[in-house]
Amino acid sequence: MAVSRREFLKISTAGGVGIVAFGFDLAPAYAVVRELKIERTTETRSICPYCAVSCGVIIHTLGDKSKNVTGTTVVHVEGDPDHPVNRGTLCPKGITLKHDIVNNTRLTKPMYRASGSDHWEEKSWDWMIDTIAQRMKKTRDDTFIEKNAAGQTVNQCPGMAIVGGCTDNNEVNYLLVKWLRSLGVLYTDNQARL
Amino acid sequence: MPSNMELRRISATPSPATGVRTAPTVAKMIDTTTCIGCKACEVACQEWNDLFNADIALEAPSEFGSYQTMPDLTANFWNLIRFNEHVEKRPDGSEKFHWLMAKDQCMHCEDPGCLKACPAPGAIVQYTNGVVDFQQEHCIGCEYCVTGCPFDIPRLSKKTKKVYKCTLCTDRLAYGLEPACIKACPTGCLQFGTKEHLVQIANARVEQLKHNGYEKAAIYDPPGVGGTGVIYVLGLGDQPELYGLPNDPHVPWTVSVWKHALKPIGSLLMIGALLGTIIHYVRYGRNEAPGMRKVDREEV
Amino acid sequence: MTNNWVDIKNADVILVMGGNPAENHPCGFKWAIEAKKTRNAKLICVDPRFNRTAAVSDQFVQIRSGTDIAFLAGVMNYMLTNNRIHKEYVANYTNAPFLIKEGLLLPGDNDGLFSGFDPQKRAYDKSTWAYEMGTDNFVKVDMTLEDPRCVFQLMKKHYSRYTAEMVASICGCSKEDFLKAAEMISSTYAPEKAGTIMYALGWTHHSSAVQNIRAAASMQLLLGNVGRPGGGVNALRGHSNIQGATDMNQTHTLPGYLKMPKPEWQSLKEFIDATTPKKLRPNSMNYWENTDKFMVSMLKAFWGSAATTENDFAYSWLPKMDRDYSWVYIYDGAYNGIVKGVFSFGMNPVGNGPHSKKMVQALSRLDWLVVAENFETETASFWKAPKEYDPPAAAQIKTEVFMLPAANFAEKDGVFTNSSRWLQWKWKVVDPPGDAKADQEIIGRLVLKLRELYNKEGGKLPDPVVKMAWNYSNPVSPNLEEVAKEVNGKVLEDFTDEKTKVDYKKGQQVPGYAVLRADGKTLSGNWLHSGYYTEAGNLAMRRNPVDDSGGLGAYHNWAFNWPANRRIMYNRASADLNGKPWDPKRPGIWWNGEKWVGDVPDYKPDYKPEEMIGPFIMNPEGVGKLYAVEMNEGPFPEHYEPYETPVDNPLHPKVSSNPVTKLFKTKMDVYGTRDKFPIVCTTFRLTEHFHYWTKHEAILNQLQQEFFVEIPEELAKEKGIKHGDRVKVSSARGSVEGKAMVTKRIRPLKVAGQTVWQIGFPIHWGYAGKSVGPLANTLTPTALDPNSSTPEYKAFLVSLDKA
Repeated sequence: MAVSRREFLKISTAGGVGIVAFGFDLAPAYAVVRELKIERTTETRSICPYCAVSCGVIIHTLGDKSKNVTGTTVVHVEGDPDHPVNRGTLCPKGITLKHDIVNNTRLTKPMYRASGSDHWEEKSWDWMIDTIAQRMKKTRDDTFIEKNAAGQTVNQCPGMAIVGGCTDNNEVNYLLVKWLRSLGVLYTDNQARL
Repeated sequence: MPSNMELRRISATPSPATGVRTAPTVAKMIDTTTCIGCKACEVACQEWNDLFNADIALEAPSEFGSYQTMPDLTANFWNLIRFNEHVEKRPDGSEKFHWLMAKDQCMHCEDPGCLKACPAPGAIVQYTNGVVDFQQEHCIGCEYCVTGCPFDIPRLSKKTKKVYKCTLCTDRLAYGLEPACIKACPTGCLQFGTKEHLVQIANARVEQLKHNGYEKAAIYDPPGVGGTGVIYVLGLGDQPELYGLPNDPHVPWTVSVWKHALKPIGSLLMIGALLGTIIHYVRYGRNEAPGMRKVDREEV
Repeated sequence: MTNNWVDIKNADVILVMGGNPAENHPCGFKWAIEAKKTRNAKLICVDPRFNRTAAVSDQFVQIRSGTDIAFLAGVMNYMLTNNRIHKEYVANYTNAPFLIKEGLLLPGDNDGLFSGFDPQKRAYDKSTWAYEMGTDNFVKVDMTLEDPRCVFQLMKKHYSRYTAEMVASICGCSKEDFLKAAEMISSTYAPEKAGTIMYALGWTHHSSAVQNIRAAASMQLLLGNVGRPGGGVNALRGHSNIQGATDMNQTHTLPGYLKMPKPEWQSLKEFIDATTPKKLRPNSMNYWENTDKFMVSMLKAFWGSAATTENDFAYSWLPKMDRDYSWVYIYDGAYNGIVKGVFSFGMNPVGNGPHSKKMVQALSRLDWLVVAENFETETASFWKAPKEYDPPAAAQIKTEVFMLPAANFAEKDGVFTNSSRWLQWKWKVVDPPGDAKADQEIIGRLVLKLRELYNKEGGKLPDPVVKMAWNYSNPVSPNLEEVAKEVNGKVLEDFTDEKTKVDYKKGQQVPGYAVLRADGKTLSGNWLHSGYYTEAGNLAMRRNPVDDSGGLGAYHNWAFNWPANRRIMYNRASADLNGKPWDPKRPGIWWNGEKWVGDVPDYKPDYKPEEMIGPFIMNPEGVGKLYAVEMNEGPFPEHYEPYETPVDNPLHPKVSSNPVTKLFKTKMDVYGTRDKFPIVCTTFRLTEHFHYWTKHEAILNQLQQEFFVEIPEELAKEKGIKHGDRVKVSSARGSVEGKAMVTKRIRPLKVAGQTVWQIGFPIHWGYAGKSVGPLANTLTPTALDPNSSTPEYKAFLVSLDKA
């Protein structure tokens, strides 16, 4: 039989009470039940990022957060049974969140497409931040309206739009609104009216 | 061979359960009248059982024009919601439209035809809690279980040449957790518990439905296979085939008769050749349940 | 949502209309199923398509897309004529007794228009809509509801035109189905019954969006269903933090729904005077009287010590809003060369639409575009859009595009506010992949860089930029708990609260918005969220799973519920005039002889019932509004056809569509007519996918493998289309191709005596991701609701052909 002694012990102890209680007996080699794959993973509470039911999710990651665990990854996602709204349940999108987080098409490098170009090129963050800040400043300075035709102080920056936030947390939304209104931006919106 | 098996039944093995412990029979209840066909159970099954292969799925042909994910179960898709559009002719002459959704998976029969038909010792077991489980390391890929199953559930993997189906998440059950599909179900149309308790709940739900316009509501727990570990509440209970369920399933007579006859002989090894011949016949005289699709399909 | 997700289990009747929660909010929808199972609640689904919610409903009524107001007005007419309204509630908790000035004309007497319409401006002069004011400067009322000029009598007259026959003719449903639904819905007029409404984008994506919701709110007020457990008007919001984003930053509002300043309000005083409402009745609490405290506290949070009493707390630095700057105007501005640069965090205009081709053209005319994203989107790669979107050649597109890899939800902490206004903290799980960064770092680095540039080079009005309060411990990537504390608010100088005599010390977190001040001694980034990060700590982290509301599902110790941890808004209306719950089994709040107890009262806790203070504390009326002067197309909801309509409005063919719909004028803004595009089309979501994100996930792609078009069997037969055929759907703006899904779930409709066909297709596909397909918004029109500027995604005209 293909169960090693180590596996046997693991199965027996891990299965423990539950196994007997639910009618399993793992001593016989015929009944090789897989070990619970999330038995020793690290659990972190989060909120599903899709619709606004905002189900509680438990995200399981490899390792126990000790210092040398650096290449951790999400191995499983399950509903949070304590959460009053979803009570452990999840829809198909919530259950497959692992594939949203760990996905080979996630963006991992800043990419730039030059004027008239037909391709992306990789750039450093520093270059991106410097260049974007220069573009923003130029647009603001070129289009800023301090007083309107009626002579009223309006302090508008109509040449620039800053949009987003519905996928982001409140705190970032707050930083965003504070920043964009300070720049004089009026063209702003999120998914609220879409 | 290990002894003291705390199992109720073991395929191709004469000894019945040898243990003395008892356990309540566990079951799933599927209330089709509250199923919204969201497919959470489909992917919960795939996620828990690590069945999804992204690269293969990308090439999946989309020949199937319906909300149903694919035409049929596969060796790595053990849990499928079947969608059916049905116009009910009401006694008063009016018509009522139904969009029926029902989860299809292993029924965990009390009297499992797959296990009876299986010639490989220990490839199919039934635990004392009623769960029927395949042990692929003992599977010889003969597909006799496919023949023995009145619900057309087990699927041979072309890659591994082994047969697979829903395990009722035995690895979760062993740790005191409910199956992955049950936990996920957003509306609670899937429930898990002891069979005794779930039958009570299902009966109460049927009574409620009868008062709310589903005069034909009924439980589906077919006696032909000794009852099942998966019971349904059907709104149109007089027509289970609308949900993709056979009307009155039985273990194929060929399997029953021969298993019954063979039992006193005591040793399967002695009649291996004979059994092989019989099952060969059975295999090609395979049972076709009414209302069930037969589409050969590659794994995705 | 006025109520919360779990509370739906307390309803006796659940109307799902303008939404499809089984499809789009399955885990919240469980509470509707729970009500069905535990209370025998009736679930009514009214929709253009027999959808997943319809599959488990007790009554389904198929209506033509864009006719919801006719249906709801018909239900109200049924209620008013059959005396199925909650009279005590209506008389005391709504503006039914309020008198309207003479001169108001209703559309039934005025060819489909209210009085005051100016066809040149396509706008109303609302002076004839106003309340009749008494000499005491309060609105005159007639508590008998008999005066022909009281709101109650006017609404009776207005809705009387919506007979069952008229509803059937407009909506295309049978009279019998309508009446059965009306009977079920109106059954909650009995005081001890409660009914709820679940709606979503199916009501908001119309050129009469806000009036759809006003009609629903009016119906719920007539039934006495607002403010009560199991009641309410519940908007099921579509994105995880769209509620929080709305609370923080909309085009036309500042945090906490403070209004954006206008040019004519030059000083802070002018702003406060103009935006602080005056009480309209003596017994109105009028909570917006505190506008000055909220505004000054926000200005202090924005500009810190640079915001002083002397400089009007830097009020002049806020930009002044002189017109509509919302979503569709942004890209119209880009198309017209006004907008030069767009910075997008997680938004996908090419996908979101409307009118994808115009979006591609608009982005092609920008100088620069920045996108911070998890995945490459249609927007980031608009310059390589497939030819069906008519993009200019890449060499001709001057737009510089910066694509920043951003952390996702699991890679940062912070609060998401759900649809029931719960502020829930989430903890960071893993680091972002590769060089991806959290948005707070992207913003932080740009803030510092721009400040550096303005300090070095000068520029236009540098002060608001360089003096913005950014004193976080780590200014490069602000710690979100620190930001949370700023949003909640804190004490800047010691003071004693005048009313409570409580002392507050400098540096202390404020316990809630009630202590915020207009003298600069407090700051608060968003008054409405105040209370979530107090001296007691971060209450959004609370995880006590015990329901402390006796089984009603309020969970007061789970997370934090704005405002003030209140689980049901307007909950004073859950009790009768004496403070006793309408239904003792489902109490909201009640008067115990000394104070209001139960849920956190939406009321001053010691207002005695005999003071008769109105329960709708945010309205200057103090009561719920059956009549709303604020609306741009009329004080009562009236059925107007979608902008692209297959029939003339059966009520008033000369004024078919909403007369004040917002439209656009570039040569790309074209609108279809029924001669070329005879079929009604609608768009929808699928449970298997989320918006335009999950097409990057192969496991979900297998569940819905490609773009499809739902076509009624009878129409398919007429067109010779078989299940699985490829079909082409075209509107005036473009066309899409996909697989035909021939179904019984959409039926032909008899509208105004003629057969009208409806088809529909899902959003979710596009040209970026692992499963590609056409963008649904290629077909949708640039016609907007005049109040909310929401595009009419859900009803437009198309033609259908075999591809």
